[in-house]
Amino acid sequence: MKLIKFLLVGIFFGIVLVKSEAVSWYRIYEMFRFQSFHMYGIIGTAIGTGILFLQLSKRFKINSLNGKQLSVPLKDRGFARYILGGTIFGFGWALIGACPGPMYILVGTGVMSMLIVLAAATLGTFIYGMLRDKLPH
Amino acid sequence: MDWIFKPWPWYITGPLIASVMGLLLYFGRTFGMSSNLRTFCAIGGAGKYSSFFNLRWRDYLWSLTLVLGSVIGGYIAVTFLSDGSISTINPTTISELNDLGFSNVGHSLVPDEFYGIEAVTSFKGLSLLIIGGLLVGFGTRYAGGCTSGHAITGLSSLQKPSLIAVIGFFLGGLITVNFILPYIV
Repeated sequence: MKLIKFLLVGIFFGIVLVKSEAVSWYRIYEMFRFQSFHMYGIIGTAIGTGILFLQLSKRFKINSLNGKQLSVPLKDRGFARYILGGTIFGFGWALIGACPGPMYILVGTGVMSMLIVLAAATLGTFIYGMLRDKLPH
Repeated sequence: MDWIFKPWPWYITGPLIASVMGLLLYFGRTFGMSSNLRTFCAIGGAGKYSSFFNLRWRDYLWSLTLVLGSVIGGYIAVTFLSDGSISTINPTTISELNDLGFSNVGHSLVPDEFYGIEAVTSFKGLSLLIIGGLLVGFGTRYAGGCTSGHAITGLSSLQKPSLIAVIGFFLGGLITVNFILPYIV
C-alpha cells in the first residue's frame, strides 16, 4: 500500500509531461534550434519553483514523511564525468528526442518502438557499469 | 473545462513538474528517472559482471512503481485528456523539418520518420534508435543523472555538478540537432 502514492505521483507526472508536450520530439528539436521559448519556459519555471520550494522548506524546517529534515542528496564533486557524461547524454537526447522519463511515458502513449530505445538505454547503462573503473570521473 | 484537452502552457506545467520533485522529497525519495535503468540491469543479473549493479532492487520498488505510474499517465493523457490538437510548433521549424523530409510535423508526439513501422524495420532507422538509446543510457549513468536528476533536482538545489552536467546536455544536444541530424536523416 505504501507504493500507491508513488503510482499516483507517476500517473500525475506522465499526464503533465504529455500535456506540456515535453515528451514531443519536435519540441526538443525546436529547443535545440532556439526556435521556441516553450521548453525553456518549462525547464526554467520548474527550476524556479524548485528553488523556491527548497529554500522555503529549509527556512521553515519542513520534515519529510520519515521525520527527517527534507533535503536533496549532494552529488559527488568532479568535472570530467559531468561534462563528458552530460554531453554523451545530450547527443542521444537530441537524436531520439526523449530522455528517460519521457521514454517510459511515450510507451504509455502508444509509441511501442520506444521499447527498443529503452532496451538500448538499459544496455548503455550496463556498458557504463562495465567500463566505470576505466573512465575518468 | 475545455482547456484540459488542449496542450497546457509552460508556466503551468513547469511548476507542476517541480511539484513532482517536491512530493518525492516529502516522501523521503529523490526524483531521478534514469536510475531505473540501473535497476533493470540489476534485476537482469548484471551484478554478476560488475559490482556497480550489486543492489537490492527491492529497495527501488518505489521508483519502478513511479515508472509504471508514468506509463499509465501517458496512456490517460492521450486517451482521455486530448482532443488531438496539433502542436503549435514554430512555422520556421516546421518548414525546416519539411525540407529534411519530415511530414506532418507536430501532428503526433514523435515523428514516424523515426518511430513509425517503416523506420523501425529499416536498418538505418533501427540503428538510429539503438544508437540514441545507448548514448542516453551510457551518458546518464556516467553523468550520474538525467533531466530529472540534474536539470530539475540538481539545479533546484543549486549544485555545481548538476550545472556542469546540464551544460553537457545542451552541448551534446546543440551539436546533434545543428550539425549531425541534418546529415543523417
